[in-house]
Amino acid sequence: MCTVCGCSGKVMVGDLELTHEDAHRLGLAHHHHDHDHDHGAAQSHDHAAAHHYGQGPAGVSVPGMSQARLIEVETSILAKNDAIAAANRRVLKALGALAVNLVSSPGSGKTTLLVETIRRLGDQPLAVIEGDQQTSNDADRIRETGASAIQINTGKGCHLDADMVARAMDDLALVPGMMLFIENVGNLVCPAAFDLGEDAKVAILSVTEGEDKPLKYPDMFTAARIALINKTDLAPHCGTDLDLIEANLRRVNPKIQILRVSARTGDGMEAWAGWLRGRLVEKTLRRGG
Amino acid sequence: MHEMSLAEGIRAVIEDQARRHGFRTVRTVRMEIGRFAGVEKQALAFCFDVVMRGSPAEGAVLEIIDLPGRALCYDCGESVELNDRLDPCPLCGGGRLMPEAGDEMRIKDMEVV
Repeated sequence: MCTVCGCSGKVMVGDLELTHEDAHRLGLAHHHHDHDHDHGAAQSHDHAAAHHYGQGPAGVSVPGMSQARLIEVETSILAKNDAIAAANRRVLKALGALAVNLVSSPGSGKTTLLVETIRRLGDQPLAVIEGDQQTSNDADRIRETGASAIQINTGKGCHLDADMVARAMDDLALVPGMMLFIENVGNLVCPAAFDLGEDAKVAILSVTEGEDKPLKYPDMFTAARIALINKTDLAPHCGTDLDLIEANLRRVNPKIQILRVSARTGDGMEAWAGWLRGRLVEKTLRRGG
Repeated sequence: MHEMSLAEGIRAVIEDQARRHGFRTVRTVRMEIGRFAGVEKQALAFCFDVVMRGSPAEGAVLEIIDLPGRALCYDCGESVELNDRLDPCPLCGGGRLMPEAGDEMRIKDMEVV
Protein backbone atom coordinates (compact mmCIF):
# COMPACT_ATOMS: atom_id res chain seq x y z
CA MET A 1 0.00 0.00 0.00
CA CYS A 2 1.23 3.48 -0.80
CA THR A 3 2.33 5.28 2.34
CA VAL A 4 1.57 8.65 0.80
CA CYS A 5 -1.99 8.29 -0.38
CA GLY A 6 -3.00 4.88 0.90
CA CYS A 7 -4.02 3.28 -2.38
CA SER A 8 -2.51 0.16 -3.86
CA GLY A 9 -2.68 0.80 -7.60
CA LYS A 10 0.18 0.58 -10.05
CA VAL A 11 1.31 3.35 -12.36
CA MET A 12 2.46 2.57 -15.87
CA VAL A 13 5.16 4.66 -17.54
CA GLY A 14 5.74 3.30 -21.02
CA ASP A 15 6.34 -0.41 -20.47
CA LEU A 16 7.48 0.08 -16.88
CA GLU A 17 5.13 -0.73 -14.03
CA LEU A 18 5.88 1.44 -11.00
CA THR A 19 4.70 1.00 -7.46
CA HIS A 20 2.68 3.88 -6.11
CA GLU A 21 5.52 4.95 -3.83
CA ASP A 22 7.91 5.15 -6.74
CA ALA A 23 5.41 7.17 -8.74
CA HIS A 24 5.20 9.65 -5.88
CA ARG A 25 8.98 9.78 -5.57
CA LEU A 26 9.25 10.59 -9.24
CA GLY A 27 6.60 13.25 -8.91
CA LEU A 28 4.36 11.59 -11.50
CA ALA A 29 0.77 12.60 -11.72
CA HIS A 30 -1.65 9.72 -11.43
CA HIS A 31 -5.34 9.50 -11.60
CA HIS A 32 -7.15 7.49 -8.98
CA HIS A 33 -6.63 9.77 -6.04
CA ASP A 34 -9.62 10.90 -4.08
CA HIS A 35 -8.14 14.38 -4.08
CA ASP A 36 -6.89 16.49 -6.85
CA HIS A 37 -3.15 16.98 -6.62
CA ASP A 38 -0.04 14.88 -6.82
CA HIS A 39 2.29 15.05 -3.87
CA GLY A 40 5.53 14.69 -5.72
CA ALA A 41 5.45 17.98 -7.53
CA ALA A 42 6.10 20.89 -5.20
CA GLN A 43 3.71 23.22 -6.90
CA SER A 44 1.17 25.28 -5.11
CA HIS A 45 -2.36 24.06 -5.48
CA ASP A 46 -5.72 25.13 -4.27
CA HIS A 47 -6.96 23.30 -1.23
CA ALA A 48 -10.20 25.22 -1.29
CA ALA A 49 -11.28 22.93 -4.10
CA ALA A 50 -11.73 20.05 -1.66
CA HIS A 51 -13.34 20.42 1.72
CA HIS A 52 -12.61 17.58 4.12
CA TYR A 53 -14.46 17.33 7.36
CA GLY A 54 -14.33 14.81 10.14
CA GLN A 55 -10.82 13.73 9.23
CA GLY A 56 -9.07 15.29 12.22
CA PRO A 57 -7.56 13.22 14.97
CA ALA A 58 -10.87 13.07 16.78
CA GLY A 59 -12.64 11.88 13.65
CA VAL A 60 -15.40 14.39 14.14
CA SER A 61 -16.24 17.84 12.95
CA VAL A 62 -17.23 20.41 15.56
CA PRO A 63 -19.08 23.39 14.10
CA GLY A 64 -17.34 26.66 14.85
CA MET A 65 -14.19 24.95 16.06
CA SER A 66 -11.43 24.43 13.54
CA GLN A 67 -9.19 21.48 14.20
CA ALA A 68 -6.41 22.95 12.14
CA ARG A 69 -4.75 26.29 12.71
CA LEU A 70 -2.26 28.35 10.83
CA ILE A 71 1.04 29.30 12.43
CA GLU A 72 3.00 32.19 10.99
CA VAL A 73 6.64 31.12 10.92
CA GLU A 74 8.52 33.54 8.67
CA THR A 75 11.82 31.84 9.42
CA SER A 76 14.69 31.25 7.04
CA ILE A 77 15.56 27.61 6.51
CA LEU A 78 19.13 28.51 7.27
CA ALA A 79 18.24 30.39 10.47
CA LYS A 80 20.10 27.91 12.67
CA ASN A 81 23.23 28.07 10.53
CA ASP A 82 23.02 31.86 10.37
CA ALA A 83 22.75 32.15 14.16
CA ILE A 84 25.88 30.04 14.66
CA ALA A 85 27.66 32.04 11.94
CA ALA A 86 26.77 35.25 13.79
CA ALA A 87 28.28 33.78 16.98
CA ASN A 88 31.47 32.87 15.08
CA ARG A 89 31.58 36.42 13.72
CA ARG A 90 31.30 37.89 17.23
CA VAL A 91 34.23 35.78 18.45
CA LEU A 92 36.36 36.83 15.47
CA LYS A 93 35.42 40.48 15.89
CA ALA A 94 36.34 40.46 19.58
CA LEU A 95 39.73 39.06 18.61
CA GLY A 96 40.19 41.49 15.74
CA ALA A 97 40.82 38.39 13.64
CA LEU A 98 40.23 38.18 9.89
CA ALA A 99 38.49 35.09 8.49
CA VAL A 100 38.32 34.32 4.79
CA ASN A 101 36.32 31.50 3.23
CA LEU A 102 38.12 30.13 0.17
CA VAL A 103 35.69 28.66 -2.34
CA SER A 104 36.29 27.13 -5.75
CA SER A 105 35.85 24.05 -7.90
CA PRO A 106 38.00 21.03 -7.07
CA GLY A 107 41.43 21.43 -8.65
CA SER A 108 41.59 25.22 -8.88
CA GLY A 109 44.76 25.21 -6.80
CA LYS A 110 43.34 26.38 -3.47
CA THR A 111 45.74 24.45 -1.27
CA THR A 112 48.84 25.33 -3.30
CA LEU A 113 47.74 28.96 -3.22
CA LEU A 114 47.21 28.78 0.52
CA VAL A 115 50.63 27.21 1.16
CA GLU A 116 52.28 29.98 -0.89
CA THR A 117 50.15 32.64 0.88
CA ILE A 118 51.22 31.36 4.31
CA ARG A 119 54.87 31.43 3.22
CA ARG A 120 54.55 35.06 2.12
CA LEU A 121 52.74 36.18 5.26
CA GLY A 122 55.85 35.27 7.30
CA ASP A 123 55.29 35.59 11.03
CA GLN A 124 51.64 36.67 10.74
CA PRO A 125 49.70 34.51 13.29
CA LEU A 126 47.27 32.34 11.37
CA ALA A 127 45.42 29.05 11.32
CA VAL A 128 43.69 26.99 8.68
CA ILE A 129 40.47 25.00 8.65
CA GLU A 130 40.48 22.49 5.81
CA GLY A 131 37.25 21.07 4.46
CA ASP A 132 37.15 17.99 2.25
CA GLN A 133 34.85 15.03 1.92
CA GLN A 134 37.71 12.63 2.71
CA THR A 135 41.44 12.49 3.63
CA SER A 136 43.64 14.79 5.66
CA ASN A 137 46.01 15.38 2.72
CA ASP A 138 45.34 19.12 2.58
CA ALA A 139 45.77 19.72 6.33
CA ASP A 140 49.03 17.73 6.15
CA ARG A 141 50.29 20.02 3.38
CA ILE A 142 49.38 23.10 5.43
CA ARG A 143 51.07 21.75 8.57
CA GLU A 144 54.29 21.30 6.61
CA THR A 145 54.47 25.12 6.48
CA GLY A 146 54.43 25.20 10.30
CA ALA A 147 50.89 26.63 10.45
CA SER A 148 48.28 24.95 12.60
CA ALA A 149 45.49 23.28 10.65
CA ILE A 150 42.35 21.33 11.41
CA GLN A 151 40.88 18.97 8.86
CA ILE A 152 37.11 18.64 8.65
CA ASN A 153 35.89 15.64 6.68
CA THR A 154 32.32 16.25 5.66
CA GLY A 155 31.73 12.65 4.55
CA LYS A 156 28.91 12.91 2.06
CA GLY A 157 28.50 16.64 2.75
CA CYS A 158 29.05 19.08 -0.08
CA HIS A 159 29.87 22.18 2.00
CA LEU A 160 31.09 23.36 5.39
CA ASP A 161 28.46 24.79 7.72
CA ALA A 162 28.81 27.27 10.56
CA ASP A 163 28.61 24.61 13.26
CA MET A 164 31.54 22.68 11.79
CA VAL A 165 33.58 25.88 11.78
CA ALA A 166 32.50 26.73 15.34
CA ARG A 167 33.75 23.34 16.56
CA ALA A 168 37.01 23.73 14.65
CA MET A 169 37.47 27.22 16.12
CA ASP A 170 37.04 25.71 19.61
CA ASP A 171 39.97 23.38 18.91
CA LEU A 172 42.27 26.01 17.41
CA ALA A 173 44.43 28.32 19.47
CA LEU A 174 42.81 31.60 18.41
CA VAL A 175 44.86 34.72 19.12
CA PRO A 176 44.09 38.42 18.65
CA GLY A 177 44.98 39.82 15.25
CA MET A 178 45.25 36.43 13.56
CA MET A 179 44.10 35.37 10.13
CA LEU A 180 41.83 32.35 9.84
CA PHE A 181 41.70 30.67 6.44
CA ILE A 182 38.76 28.36 5.83
CA GLU A 183 39.28 26.21 2.77
CA ASN A 184 35.80 25.05 1.85
CA VAL A 185 34.91 21.81 0.09
CA GLY A 186 35.71 22.12 -3.62
CA ASN A 187 32.25 22.93 -4.95
CA LEU A 188 30.97 26.03 -6.72
CA VAL A 189 27.32 25.56 -5.78
CA CYS A 190 26.45 24.76 -2.18
CA PRO A 191 29.02 26.74 -0.16
CA ALA A 192 27.57 29.96 -1.59
CA ALA A 193 24.50 29.73 0.64
CA PHE A 194 26.19 28.85 3.94
CA ASP A 195 27.50 31.73 6.00
CA LEU A 196 30.34 30.56 8.22
CA GLY A 197 30.94 33.86 10.01
CA GLU A 198 33.73 34.87 7.64
CA ASP A 199 34.62 38.43 6.62
CA ALA A 200 34.82 37.59 2.94
CA LYS A 201 34.35 34.75 0.54
CA VAL A 202 37.31 34.47 -1.80
CA ALA A 203 36.45 32.71 -5.07
CA ILE A 204 39.36 31.07 -6.85
CA LEU A 205 39.12 30.02 -10.46
CA SER A 206 41.96 28.77 -12.57
CA VAL A 207 42.57 29.63 -16.19
CA THR A 208 42.05 26.02 -17.28
CA GLU A 209 38.41 26.05 -16.21
CA GLY A 210 37.02 28.09 -19.08
CA GLU A 211 36.19 31.79 -19.29
CA ASP A 212 32.48 31.23 -18.75
CA LYS A 213 32.74 29.62 -15.31
CA PRO A 214 31.28 32.71 -13.57
CA LEU A 215 28.24 32.54 -15.87
CA LYS A 216 27.75 28.83 -15.25
CA TYR A 217 27.94 29.18 -11.47
CA PRO A 218 26.86 32.78 -10.83
CA ASP A 219 25.78 32.37 -7.19
CA MET A 220 29.26 31.70 -5.87
CA PHE A 221 30.83 34.63 -7.70
CA THR A 222 27.97 36.89 -6.62
CA ALA A 223 28.58 35.92 -3.00
CA ALA A 224 32.35 36.49 -3.24
CA ARG A 225 34.02 39.79 -2.37
CA ILE A 226 37.15 39.04 -4.34
CA ALA A 227 38.06 36.59 -7.09
CA LEU A 228 41.54 35.23 -7.66
CA ILE A 229 42.25 34.10 -11.20
CA ASN A 230 44.86 31.43 -10.51
CA LYS A 231 47.42 29.58 -12.69
CA THR A 232 47.90 32.62 -14.94
CA ASP A 233 51.26 31.11 -15.99
CA LEU A 234 49.24 28.50 -17.90
CA ALA A 235 47.08 31.04 -19.75
CA PRO A 236 49.27 31.29 -22.88
CA HIS A 237 49.33 27.50 -23.20
CA CYS A 238 45.56 27.21 -22.85
CA GLY A 239 44.67 30.20 -25.01
CA THR A 240 42.72 31.64 -22.10
CA ASP A 241 41.31 35.16 -22.46
CA LEU A 242 41.85 36.67 -18.99
CA ASP A 243 39.96 39.86 -19.88
CA LEU A 244 36.93 37.76 -20.79
CA ILE A 245 37.07 36.00 -17.40
CA GLU A 246 37.10 39.41 -15.71
CA ALA A 247 34.19 40.68 -17.82
CA ASN A 248 32.18 37.57 -16.95
CA LEU A 249 32.98 38.00 -13.25
CA ARG A 250 31.77 41.60 -13.35
CA ARG A 251 28.64 40.58 -15.21
CA VAL A 252 27.50 38.42 -12.29
CA ASN A 253 28.98 40.68 -9.61
CA PRO A 254 29.73 44.30 -10.61
CA LYS A 255 31.33 44.96 -7.19
CA ILE A 256 33.79 42.06 -7.18
CA GLN A 257 37.50 42.75 -6.79
CA ILE A 258 39.75 40.71 -9.06
CA LEU A 259 43.38 39.71 -8.81
CA ARG A 260 45.37 37.67 -11.32
CA VAL A 261 47.77 35.32 -9.58
CA SER A 262 49.99 32.34 -10.10
CA ALA A 263 50.74 30.49 -6.89
CA ARG A 264 53.44 28.58 -8.78
CA THR A 265 55.45 31.50 -10.19
CA GLY A 266 54.46 33.98 -7.48
CA ASP A 267 52.99 36.49 -9.95
CA GLY A 268 50.36 38.62 -8.26
CA MET A 269 50.84 36.91 -4.92
CA GLU A 270 52.19 40.05 -3.24
CA ALA A 271 49.03 41.93 -4.21
CA TRP A 272 46.94 39.13 -2.71
CA ALA A 273 48.98 39.12 0.52
CA GLY A 274 48.59 42.91 0.58
CA TRP A 275 44.82 42.58 0.22
CA LEU A 276 44.76 40.24 3.22
CA ARG A 277 46.94 42.54 5.33
CA GLY A 278 44.73 45.52 4.47
CA ARG A 279 41.54 43.69 5.47
CA LEU A 280 43.16 42.53 8.71
CA VAL A 281 44.05 46.12 9.62
CA GLU A 282 40.46 47.20 8.87
CA LYS A 283 39.17 44.44 11.10
CA THR A 284 41.57 45.24 13.92
CA LEU A 285 40.58 48.90 13.82
CA ARG A 286 36.94 47.92 14.18
CA ARG A 287 37.65 45.44 16.96
CA GLY A 288 35.01 45.60 19.64
CA GLY A 289 33.61 48.72 17.94
CA MET B 1 22.06 22.19 -4.78
CA HIS B 2 21.98 20.83 -1.23
CA GLU B 3 18.30 20.10 -0.86
CA MET B 4 18.88 17.41 1.76
CA SER B 5 20.57 19.95 4.06
CA LEU B 6 17.76 22.39 3.38
CA ALA B 7 15.14 19.77 4.24
CA GLU B 8 17.00 19.12 7.49
CA GLY B 9 16.88 22.88 8.16
CA ILE B 10 13.11 22.82 7.58
CA ARG B 11 12.75 19.91 10.00
CA ALA B 12 14.73 21.78 12.67
CA VAL B 13 12.42 24.80 12.33
CA ILE B 14 9.29 22.61 12.46
CA GLU B 15 10.45 20.74 15.56
CA ASP B 16 11.28 24.03 17.24
CA GLN B 17 7.82 25.42 16.37
CA ALA B 18 6.16 22.19 17.61
CA ARG B 19 7.78 22.64 21.03
CA ARG B 20 6.81 26.29 21.13
CA HIS B 21 3.20 25.97 19.97
CA GLY B 22 2.41 22.46 21.18
CA PHE B 23 1.10 20.87 18.00
CA ARG B 24 1.57 17.27 16.97
CA THR B 25 0.86 17.19 13.28
CA VAL B 26 1.67 19.49 10.41
CA ARG B 27 -0.67 19.26 7.45
CA THR B 28 0.84 21.84 5.13
CA VAL B 29 4.12 23.72 5.07
CA ARG B 30 4.22 26.84 2.90
CA MET B 31 7.62 28.05 1.83
CA GLU B 32 8.81 31.11 -0.05
CA ILE B 33 11.73 30.50 -2.37
CA GLY B 34 13.37 33.21 -4.42
CA ARG B 35 14.22 32.72 -8.07
CA PHE B 36 17.92 33.17 -7.39
CA ALA B 37 18.01 30.89 -4.34
CA GLY B 38 19.36 28.02 -6.42
CA VAL B 39 16.83 25.58 -5.02
CA GLU B 40 15.70 22.70 -7.21
CA LYS B 41 12.07 22.44 -6.21
CA GLN B 42 11.51 18.85 -7.33
CA ALA B 43 14.59 17.74 -5.41
CA LEU B 44 13.48 19.67 -2.32
CA ALA B 45 10.03 18.04 -2.47
CA PHE B 46 11.65 14.60 -2.61
CA CYS B 47 14.05 15.36 0.26
CA PHE B 48 11.20 16.89 2.26
CA ASP B 49 9.22 13.66 2.12
CA VAL B 50 12.24 11.63 3.20
CA VAL B 51 13.55 13.92 5.92
CA MET B 52 10.16 14.56 7.56
CA ARG B 53 9.65 10.88 8.40
CA GLY B 54 9.30 10.54 12.15
CA SER B 55 8.68 14.28 12.58
CA PRO B 56 5.38 16.14 13.13
CA ALA B 57 5.46 16.94 9.40
CA GLU B 58 5.55 13.34 8.19
CA GLY B 59 3.24 13.14 5.19
CA ALA B 60 2.69 16.92 5.17
CA VAL B 61 2.08 18.74 1.91
CA LEU B 62 4.86 21.11 0.85
CA GLU B 63 3.71 24.19 -1.02
CA ILE B 64 6.24 26.50 -2.62
CA ILE B 65 5.59 30.14 -3.40
CA ASP B 66 8.01 31.61 -5.94
CA LEU B 67 9.43 35.04 -5.15
CA PRO B 68 10.73 37.24 -7.96
CA GLY B 69 14.39 38.02 -8.48
CA ARG B 70 15.46 41.67 -8.31
CA ALA B 71 18.79 43.17 -9.22
CA LEU B 72 20.42 46.57 -9.32
CA CYS B 73 21.65 47.50 -12.78
CA TYR B 74 25.11 49.05 -12.63
CA ASP B 75 24.62 50.63 -16.04
CA CYS B 76 21.36 52.56 -15.55
CA GLY B 77 21.20 52.50 -11.75
CA GLU B 78 17.66 51.13 -11.64
CA SER B 79 16.36 48.24 -9.57
CA VAL B 80 14.75 45.78 -11.97
CA GLU B 81 12.96 42.44 -11.83
CA LEU B 82 14.70 39.55 -13.59
CA ASN B 83 13.31 36.17 -14.57
CA ASP B 84 16.71 34.67 -15.09
CA ARG B 85 19.90 35.49 -13.25
CA LEU B 86 21.79 36.14 -16.50
CA ASP B 87 19.13 38.20 -18.28
CA PRO B 88 20.21 41.68 -19.36
CA CYS B 89 18.63 44.75 -17.77
CA PRO B 90 15.08 45.05 -19.18
CA LEU B 91 15.38 48.87 -19.15
CA CYS B 92 18.79 49.60 -20.67
CA GLY B 93 20.06 46.21 -21.87
CA GLY B 94 23.06 46.45 -19.57
CA GLY B 95 24.75 43.26 -18.45
CA ARG B 96 26.14 44.15 -15.03
CA LEU B 97 23.47 43.32 -12.47
CA MET B 98 23.86 42.78 -8.73
CA PRO B 99 21.09 40.70 -7.14
CA GLU B 100 19.15 42.54 -4.43
CA ALA B 101 16.36 40.08 -3.72
CA GLY B 102 15.43 36.59 -4.78
CA ASP B 103 17.71 34.45 -2.62
CA GLU B 104 15.01 33.88 0.01
CA MET B 105 14.48 30.41 1.42
CA ARG B 106 12.02 30.67 4.26
CA ILE B 107 9.08 28.92 5.83
CA LYS B 108 6.13 31.30 5.64
CA ASP B 109 3.52 29.42 7.63
CA MET B 110 2.23 26.00 8.54
CA GLU B 111 -1.21 24.49 8.92
CA VAL B 112 -1.08 22.39 12.06
CA VAL B 113 -3.37 20.23 14.18
